[in-house]
Amino acid sequence: MSVTDPAQTDLGFSDPDPRRSGRWTRVQAVAIPLVSVLLAFTIGGILIYFQGVNPLYAYWVLFSNALGSTEGLLRVMEKSTPLILTGLAVTVGLRTGLFNIGAQGQLLVGAIGAAWAGYNFQLPPLVHIPFAIIFGMLCGAAWASIAGALRAYRSVSEVITTIMLNAVAIALVDYLASKPLKEPDQPLTRTPMIAESAALPEIGIVPSGFILALLVAIFFGWYLTRTTQGFRFNTVGLNPSAANYAGIGVKKTIFLAMAVSGALAGMGGSIETLGITGRFEPTFNAGLGFDGITIALLARANPLGTIPAALLVGTLRSGAATLQFETGIEPEVVDVILALTLLFVAAPIVSRMLFRNRNAKQTSLSSGWGGS
Amino acid sequence: MRARYAYTLTIAILAGIVVAFVMDENRTVSVLSFSLRYAVPLILAAMVGIICERSGVINIGIEGQMLMSAFAGFFGAAITGNLIAGTMIGVGTGMIMGAMLATGAVTWKMDQIIAGTIINILATGLTSFFYSQGYVLPAITPKLRIPVLADIPLVGPVLFDNGLFTYAAIIIALVLWVLIFKTIWGLRTRAVGEKPGSADTSGVNVQRMRFLNVTFAGALAGLAGAYLSIEAASTFERGLTAGRGFTALAIMIFGAWNPIGAMAAALFFGLANGVASQLQADEVIAIPQQFINMLPYILTIVLLAIVSGRIKPPAAVGKPYEKE
Repeated sequence: MSVTDPAQTDLGFSDPDPRRSGRWTRVQAVAIPLVSVLLAFTIGGILIYFQGVNPLYAYWVLFSNALGSTEGLLRVMEKSTPLILTGLAVTVGLRTGLFNIGAQGQLLVGAIGAAWAGYNFQLPPLVHIPFAIIFGMLCGAAWASIAGALRAYRSVSEVITTIMLNAVAIALVDYLASKPLKEPDQPLTRTPMIAESAALPEIGIVPSGFILALLVAIFFGWYLTRTTQGFRFNTVGLNPSAANYAGIGVKKTIFLAMAVSGALAGMGGSIETLGITGRFEPTFNAGLGFDGITIALLARANPLGTIPAALLVGTLRSGAATLQFETGIEPEVVDVILALTLLFVAAPIVSRMLFRNRNAKQTSLSSGWGGS
Repeated sequence: MRARYAYTLTIAILAGIVVAFVMDENRTVSVLSFSLRYAVPLILAAMVGIICERSGVINIGIEGQMLMSAFAGFFGAAITGNLIAGTMIGVGTGMIMGAMLATGAVTWKMDQIIAGTIINILATGLTSFFYSQGYVLPAITPKLRIPVLADIPLVGPVLFDNGLFTYAAIIIALVLWVLIFKTIWGLRTRAVGEKPGSADTSGVNVQRMRFLNVTFAGALAGLAGAYLSIEAASTFERGLTAGRGFTALAIMIFGAWNPIGAMAAALFFGLANGVASQLQADEVIAIPQQFINMLPYILTIVLLAIVSGRIKPPAAVGKPYEKE
């Protein structure tokens, strides 16, 4: 094969197919995720029932705890913040025809980077906060760029490399937090607390990290659809050879998309450190990156859609601990519900059920291992 | 050229092993045994990848298939009180997981990578949810010592004094090589993965072939999973498979989609990890444990970066077959 083509075709998300009316597409875009979530909850309910708990009661506990009080709502916002960002990270990749499964590792690297930038310097807050966030983003971007460069210039599947880099990141941050960046004179594996000046403030009672994440999601809604660079991402995702023919540097675009994706995940980690945990501990942050995949697919790779999707996942995650406390159901039931949601959203089960649409456009990513 | 490098490398490694054996017999045998045990699930999982990709289907869900089977195999064995029954349950679970991937990737023509990812996430969720502590296996897996052969120095204790899974993995790799390259099934499978249109024209049912191959490959993922929980770990933990399913894909590529090549790659992989662990345990090299833990993953990335683009995957891999 010729110059192009590490990336492959056709995401099926942003395809302006003239045969489908705009409204029809929009109905599907809302109906399929909604029905999928309902179905997943139904099956989750059956599992809960077999554990000897009334599923309606369990769900009531889950949601009322999360949504029934100001405190609960704030906790949902906190939980959703990194999820919006990892969801966006996966979304940017999907748009460009890349499947970034490594948001988890990029987030971890960003989180520890922000922690270092947060405790190691004394700066005025107006400088320190952006500096720490951007430093975390750069760490995430650098981490993702390993996979991005291998994909763009050596045609190595980003699916495998990002997964491997997740495992490497877990070991790496564990090492960093236990040796070079460890809080001195403490038995625990963790970094020192960040300086006051790096801590993200609240705006009113709302955590500013949440606002920031919303703004970033809105920005990407604009960026991916209304700017030249966003157009390049989409074109490379839809048809790399056409992109190449149109003079878009496919390899450069892939590399850039992966770096942006990693920066977003790294930002999620930074906000987590600077706004919530105040330091880095290897046991924090588990699973946030993988939820990003569910969120991006639930939102059908629409940046604005990541907000409601992340709020849903954040609600479930923040209610899970209470659920266990009140009913004794393992909090992992949330993982099952999310996995089922993903199954129903991504597999054409629901779209067939609802629309009898056998030729519905499906998500399509790379194929092959790039042996071009 | 490539073959010559491979031979040189193999001879160098064998020479190294002999030198090590002369210098320190016990350590060498223990490192080699460790390496082989490390390689067993990788060999089996790489075979899953080879069967699927030779048929034109990417199986990124091997990890999840192994995890579910490890789970089902362990609890099956613990509850029935029978290791063989547990293993069979594991293999059966693997086949069900294989059929799941086949339904998504072949019947529904979903994006194969997303279909596999769903299997992984689903397996993680289900095994974490249903996991419970306090179960133990009824017995430890028996070792089969092959009489005369096991008495050969060096080779004997390493190769001929193992659990049944180890022999099974080696035999399966050899048999699969014969099946793929010397039988009609193999010819058809390769045709379906390289040029499904032509295979279809000459009367091969592409969809059916792919569906069955992916499903039966799942049985091997089941065997790999059962090995991990029943023989290797003798227990089940959340996330037991620890990325081996993905490493196996890299090994498959490194082995050029050839069962024997992949087995050699898996053994090399096991050896690298065995040597590193031993050196670290002996405090020959003073590097933190975390870096030893990283090694298999970094090695995977490096191997992929080296071989990528030099070895050709089956031409139709990843592409759902649409009848013209």
